[in-house]
Amino acid sequence: MLYREAGDFKTSYEADGQTFPIRLDRRGYYAILVMALAVVPFVLNDYWVNAVFLPFLIYAIAALGLNILTGYCGQVSLGTGGFMAVGAYSVYKLMTAFPEISIAIHVVLAGLITALVGVLFGLPSLRIKGFYLAVATLAAQFFLVWLFNRVPWFYNYSASGQISAPERTLLGYRITGPETQAWAVYLFCLVFLVASAWIARNLTRGSVGRKWMAIRDMDIAAEIIGVNPLTAKLSAFAVSSFFVGISGALFFAVYLGAVEVGEAFGINKSFLVLFMIIIGGLGSIFGSFAGAAFMVLMPVFLKNVLVGGLGWPTDLAAHLEFMIVGALIILFLVLEPHGLAQLWRMTKEKLRLWPFPH
Amino acid sequence: MPDQLLFAIEVTLNGLMAGVLYALVALGFVLIFKASGIFNYAQGVMALFAALTLVGIMEGQVPFEHLINVTFGTEIHGFGWEVPALLAILLTMVVMVLFAWAVNWIVLRHLVNQEPIILFMATIGLAYFLEGLGDMMWGSDIKTLDVGLPQGINTWIDETTFNAFGYGFFIDNLDLVATLIAILLVAALVAFSQYTKQGRALRAVADDHQAALSVGISLNFIWVLTWSIAGFVALVAGIMWGAKSGVQFSLSLIALKALPVLMLGGFTSIPGAIVGGLIIGVGEKLFEFLIGPLVGGATENWFAYVLALIFLVFRPQGLFGEKIIERV
Amino acid sequence: MKLKLATLALGTALAAGPAMAELVFPSLSYRTGPYAANGIPFADGYADYLTLVNERDGGIGGEKINMIECETGYNTEKGVECYESTKSQGALVYQPLSTGITYQLIPKATADGIPIHSLGYGRTSAKNGKVFSHVFNYPANYWDGASIAVKHLLDENGGDLSSKTIALIYHNSAYGKEPIRTLEELSEKHNFDLTLLPVDHPGQEQKSQWLQIRREKPDYVLMWGWGVMNQVAIQEAANIRYPMDQFIGIWWSGSENDVKPAGKAADGYKALNFHAPGDDFAVYDALEEHVWSAGKGAGAGDQKGTVLYNRGLYAAMLAVEAARKAQEIHGTMQIDASMMRDGLEQLSMTEAKMEELGLKDFGPTFEASCENHGGSGKAAVNQWDAESGTWEVITDYIQSDQEVLDALIEEDSAAYAAENNIEQSCS
Repeated sequence: MLYREAGDFKTSYEADGQTFPIRLDRRGYYAILVMALAVVPFVLNDYWVNAVFLPFLIYAIAALGLNILTGYCGQVSLGTGGFMAVGAYSVYKLMTAFPEISIAIHVVLAGLITALVGVLFGLPSLRIKGFYLAVATLAAQFFLVWLFNRVPWFYNYSASGQISAPERTLLGYRITGPETQAWAVYLFCLVFLVASAWIARNLTRGSVGRKWMAIRDMDIAAEIIGVNPLTAKLSAFAVSSFFVGISGALFFAVYLGAVEVGEAFGINKSFLVLFMIIIGGLGSIFGSFAGAAFMVLMPVFLKNVLVGGLGWPTDLAAHLEFMIVGALIILFLVLEPHGLAQLWRMTKEKLRLWPFPH
Repeated sequence: MPDQLLFAIEVTLNGLMAGVLYALVALGFVLIFKASGIFNYAQGVMALFAALTLVGIMEGQVPFEHLINVTFGTEIHGFGWEVPALLAILLTMVVMVLFAWAVNWIVLRHLVNQEPIILFMATIGLAYFLEGLGDMMWGSDIKTLDVGLPQGINTWIDETTFNAFGYGFFIDNLDLVATLIAILLVAALVAFSQYTKQGRALRAVADDHQAALSVGISLNFIWVLTWSIAGFVALVAGIMWGAKSGVQFSLSLIALKALPVLMLGGFTSIPGAIVGGLIIGVGEKLFEFLIGPLVGGATENWFAYVLALIFLVFRPQGLFGEKIIERV
Repeated sequence: MKLKLATLALGTALAAGPAMAELVFPSLSYRTGPYAANGIPFADGYADYLTLVNERDGGIGGEKINMIECETGYNTEKGVECYESTKSQGALVYQPLSTGITYQLIPKATADGIPIHSLGYGRTSAKNGKVFSHVFNYPANYWDGASIAVKHLLDENGGDLSSKTIALIYHNSAYGKEPIRTLEELSEKHNFDLTLLPVDHPGQEQKSQWLQIRREKPDYVLMWGWGVMNQVAIQEAANIRYPMDQFIGIWWSGSENDVKPAGKAADGYKALNFHAPGDDFAVYDALEEHVWSAGKGAGAGDQKGTVLYNRGLYAAMLAVEAARKAQEIHGTMQIDASMMRDGLEQLSMTEAKMEELGLKDFGPTFEASCENHGGSGKAAVNQWDAESGTWEVITDYIQSDQEVLDALIEEDSAAYAAENNIEQSCS
């Protein structure tokens, strides 16, 4: 009734192959984009940006990155925290070494540096597979964290070993440092997220993405039909690390402003991002968004309900929060093992037929 | 003998002992992975939960004390009795069996035949849930666990080696006990799986689910059984580590120490877990001893993984893992 | 995206408007997570003292205190959420209670004009109020701690530490690395050898480090540990039979939680502390009367008199006194964050004042000023008595070596000022 594709005719291949072939989807997408770009910035306050939107946007970029590697190319990685740290430390070194260059360029460069590191640590993937690879990427995680903690050059020999982002502006607006405007940092991260999603979407439906998926589905078969596993796997590591590096750079420079590597980019971060893509849906761009939203918003939401709404003691609320999140994860898996993205797809299928299912 | 060599031998021995403790944690992972193909992320939290329950029962804590007090405005502070260690261990075992049963009926039954990553995710949910539940049931303060295990330097070894080499070796009594328990545990597991009906059924399921099902083995029963055994192993690991540091949240992080062991030994092999544990234990301690001072120390966390990684590059299925046969 | 908007609507409905006309003291506590055992007593002590002030005195100068507790779980991201959610409600002073959150909040809170009081933790060079206008870390900081530990050893050795070795076993993080610079300076000054032994987070496995200590037999071991690392270190020290009275921890390695798991073996372990342990103070009677027996105590009520409970109590007491001072300076009862900052900056703790509060000799005396946000830099050495299960205070408050520290603080704060374009000034 409300959601339908009847009468939505295509007259060209481009139109048929577009990302949102159904008119209603397309309009919904543009509406959300306009909302996010033109409406949300005006109604934001500090709390919403710092507690909800920034972590959501930044984690969504990281989840996109990991989803390319794990969801599309089938290489499970638990090195995300380490790669985010590479992004963060690269952007810190770049910011302090070249203060006159725009922060946006630094963030992209940090992504590129992370891509290089990612390729390096992706090399074992040519030999090691499955869970073994997941644990092998942990070597990257622990080694990188140790390295950044150990070598003072990375934190500019500061006495405390912490890195903190100096103030930088873009087009005259402050992006990093303490006196930023809520809308400016929000838009800055949003632009990176939209660009990342756009790149990811177009990569995954092109020949590169098809190679990745072929490797994921069965690497030997893929090799036989002419996919080079070396380039396919390493390109997945590179692209994935690029996004993860960008998210790490934003996480440090824009969101927190000061980090310590062990605490901010520890193993928990790697697991968190992996949870996001599994809950959201492996191999789905929408899934990366949904998973990041779930893992970021759920705790904040539960906390506000339990402590703010019901007046529970904070410790009981925090324990209950854990139990609810855990139970929800299990519930989602029992109901729909392929993540929120699959739930969304099924809802759409149902809506298409509603209210006349037969 | 030169001092350096003596020191190296001491470090090696201690590495072996540490390896046994790692292997104890890894064993729980292997059991579940072998029987049901699930990589059980919750194993570390299970160890924490088991240890918390044990201390709670021993000290006569009322479960959900804080919650009850807050909700009903009561002032309950423990039952006021103390349970002897052995009985408390048995009661904890009952709790772990109940837990295994609940996991099977509430979670796993609905996820039969799913991909490994989905099952892995389910155990993550389980870990979250159990973490909250454990804290809520027993409180999140540090608890002292005393089941009567000896701790501290073994004087006999110290004196004997001192008389022989002029330098007394340090071996922790707790580590010796842990080694003994690990040997007993593995022997019992082997005996169980080789000589009992249930044990054979367990191996049959591990080999081939469907074939086992077709000869009349109850998958549900076997899974409850494996999760119970894994719960027992978690309890043992929890006691060993908890005796050192007190029972607290960080106990769940011992799982991280078991991962490189699993990689090295293979996910499906019990001897692999033991040998892997020993190699990791000795490797990281020796590396810290020999190379650590040159690079600034604290290398153990990453070295275990790098060591395992190097092994894997040469043997992608781990030392004792089943050979990966790929067909198109 | 859809999910986001739905929660946006719900969340806005839940975020209550700022409640005015009361004094808001946020408590960024951590009652869960890996360090919960340390967070619970601190949060309880902080809450109980504020409740006492409300119940007994009807607030500060007639203004009720509204304490908003927010759970951080020792996690920086949650700390940001807590900061943002409480600052709009008129927060007067923050106790971030974690190194990560403190560093994160220093520039932010300064920009927002809200003072931070990091009691014995956080950024050491924040002592220099000319650079860190809104950050206070009295009564003592980590560098003071390192210096006090060395002073104590000097006292024990008749003023001579030459040819002695001191090992530092530390949590391999920003916090754990704090004392290294100071100790290096001091080792040059007093001619002792320094061995550094890092322990990686979380620190459950320390066999390598303690075997090294057993081999090299340093005369003294100092510890900058946190969480599970403390319990394991004390246990391992007992295992190798290291003499416990030569083992000294910083104040975050010196609570009941840290020594109890090792049982009798921990007897004699020393730790620094900048306030008194135990419950032998007049204020405890008042707490019993107005808070606990009235059923208004925080938490489970089983933390009374522990070291960290007292630390929370102490933090709350300083905050309340600073608020009183602010009311006095500005002649108004309804103070805001900037007035609170002035109160914190002009706070002076005298013996008479502490006795009046029922906290005789509870902490060192000090006088804050614009140049000195770090207090007098005094701490005492406590020793654990496993038999009675109490900490005994075995020294007076020892003054740290300001000569060495001032130069270091000047250097570090100047570097921060240069990095962030802050002009050093005292207004």
